[in-house]
Amino acid sequence: MTTATTRSWYKRNEIAVTPWLFLIPGIIMFALYVIFPIFQSFWISFHEWDGLGEKEWVGLANYERLLGGDRKFETSFWNNLKWLILYLLAIPMGLFISLFLNQKVFGIRLYKSLFFFPFVISQVVVGLVFSWFYLPGDQGLLNNVVGVIGLGPYNILGSPNSATYGIIAAGLWPQTAYCMILYLTGLNSVDPEQVEAARLDGAKGFRMLWYVILPQLKPATFIAFVVTIIGALRSFDFIAVMTNGGPFGSTRVLSFYMFEESLSEFGFRMGYGAAIAVVLFFIMLGFIGYFLWSMYQDEKGAR
Amino acid sequence: MNSIFKASTAALALLAMTAPASAELTGDLRIVSDMSNPAPRAVMEGLVADFGAANPDLNIELEIVDREAWKTQIRNALTANAPDVVNWYAANRMGPYVEAGLFEDVSDMYEDGSLPGLDAVKGAMTLDGAQWGVPYTFYQWGIYYREDIFNELGLTEPTTMEEEMANCQVILDSGRKCYAIGTKFLWTAGGWFDYMNMRTNGFDFHMELARGEVAWTDERVVQTFENWAALIEMGAFIDDHQSYSWQEALKFMTDGDATAYLIGNFAVAPMRDAGLDDSQIDFYQFPTIADVPQGEDAPTDTFHIPAQASNKDNARAFLAFVASADVQTEINAGAALGQLPVNADSSVDADEFLEQGFDMLSNNAQGGVAQFFDRDFPAEMASVGMEGLQEFMVFPENVDDILARLEEARGRIYE
Repeated sequence: MTTATTRSWYKRNEIAVTPWLFLIPGIIMFALYVIFPIFQSFWISFHEWDGLGEKEWVGLANYERLLGGDRKFETSFWNNLKWLILYLLAIPMGLFISLFLNQKVFGIRLYKSLFFFPFVISQVVVGLVFSWFYLPGDQGLLNNVVGVIGLGPYNILGSPNSATYGIIAAGLWPQTAYCMILYLTGLNSVDPEQVEAARLDGAKGFRMLWYVILPQLKPATFIAFVVTIIGALRSFDFIAVMTNGGPFGSTRVLSFYMFEESLSEFGFRMGYGAAIAVVLFFIMLGFIGYFLWSMYQDEKGAR
Repeated sequence: MNSIFKASTAALALLAMTAPASAELTGDLRIVSDMSNPAPRAVMEGLVADFGAANPDLNIELEIVDREAWKTQIRNALTANAPDVVNWYAANRMGPYVEAGLFEDVSDMYEDGSLPGLDAVKGAMTLDGAQWGVPYTFYQWGIYYREDIFNELGLTEPTTMEEEMANCQVILDSGRKCYAIGTKFLWTAGGWFDYMNMRTNGFDFHMELARGEVAWTDERVVQTFENWAALIEMGAFIDDHQSYSWQEALKFMTDGDATAYLIGNFAVAPMRDAGLDDSQIDFYQFPTIADVPQGEDAPTDTFHIPAQASNKDNARAFLAFVASADVQTEINAGAALGQLPVNADSSVDADEFLEQGFDMLSNNAQGGVAQFFDRDFPAEMASVGMEGLQEFMVFPENVDDILARLEEARGRIYE
């Protein structure tokens, strides 16, 4: 008993305390650079502030203007939705390419790396290449190609109706490569015995894919889904490079609108920018909440 | 004293300018400049070298930052560890920093005679009844055109909009477009609006609109857009201009697919670089529409002293040096900045475009001199406005919707 009293407090609680000691630096950083700014944005969004002078309390006025018929906000919101839905095409496209490449022929590694190439180069470069591809008149490759069969010329990025789709198509190129790589690794872990058994039972083609292969690829699909949703919300780079939000603001998304209002050359309306950020935060929170919930369900089911 | 030296050599004049600041300067001078393009960079470095040579005991530190990046960096630079001299722009663009008390009031320099020859440009530096910096260069806007194509088609420089449109019809009939323009970054459309509005309703009306005193739905503004729409609907502008920057659109002019370009004098250098010589390009003032005194766009670039600078006396001496007549002549020469000097006692370099521009602004801009759409209008109004102007140039039939939107923005922005 005497030994117990002489042991220090730390020794007595070592098992419980040590994890927290390791966590403290990370927690401090996370709180300082993530949690605190989130609440700061909430706070700023209730003010009118040019980033230099005094903040002026305006209550919910920023939100009233934002949600009460700001057309820029509406355009941005619908564009965000287009991005989220159409970007998901990267998953089936990536799956298709990975199935196509999942074979053992001479030089397959080279082909795989060529397909993966667009994901390696910077988003800015992809955007730039695509904006040249789309150039209006007879300058762009696209118009030269469709011109052969008598179509066009189109000005994809210059028309408010097609510009967003043009940018999404550019974004799909690297995103498809990303999904492809996820599925290729997933296909490595597909159980050959199950495939064999299914084949003996007469399964092939689409039914084989749907009932035997895809269920085993579920973890890869989940990750592909998460990174694609995140990628769709990170569309900023493509938009900034390819159209700069134009023509006349038709390709804005919420993150770009937030940047324009708060940090661009004619911006510095910090309160309004913060209000956009808060709305975007809640939209993302919806997705993240769903993923956390479904992950939790999976873990529970696995136990 | 100054008048004696003015006739003498540049070196002596240089001493004359630094003389009032009680002999040679000592201590530090930290300058942050946005003159990052090759030619302006050389000018800025030359200025520092000359000023340093005249004040050998002064320790000058020059930092040149990217011109576009500076537009947002200046906010941090003025608040934390402020330098002694910074670059910026005249008129309303100074507004946020003047209001926040971040620019030094230099009205004393205009009053005590340390800035001779700057009376004409004082107005562009005035906000709230005080002056907040000195200009160092400005340049004219106007119509730059392909002289050789005009000669080929038998056209002459127009002075009225009727002549302009008659010319344009001939140009269109020859299979070319009348105007190159690239509106991807929006502001070039602001130049067209400035001129259409100043010619239709006059300079004073334009400034009232800039100050938010007139509604965008006012019938006079509508008239401006109608005049502009006439040009758009006859197909005067190149197609797909919303996809080009102003530099990319320049190719249409150098290739001869478009014959004219409403742009600032900075476009002359790239035109010459593209292989056009002075017999192929020329300049004329934007034609008249209504019978109003002609106002012109002539954006001015400036130097300022941050309010939190630590060496304000040295900074004031540097500002006086930059704005002095001989330095102005030197740095605005064709081989240097290739723009117009701000000092009335300076001479303009023997350059076809600088001479025409200087003559136009001195003798034929009775209406007044504006800075430019994005400098005269408050920042938020400018950004909403330019977006609407770009849309108008692509879909002129949307004009009512655009004007209603701008009017809604006006009601909110000016309060």
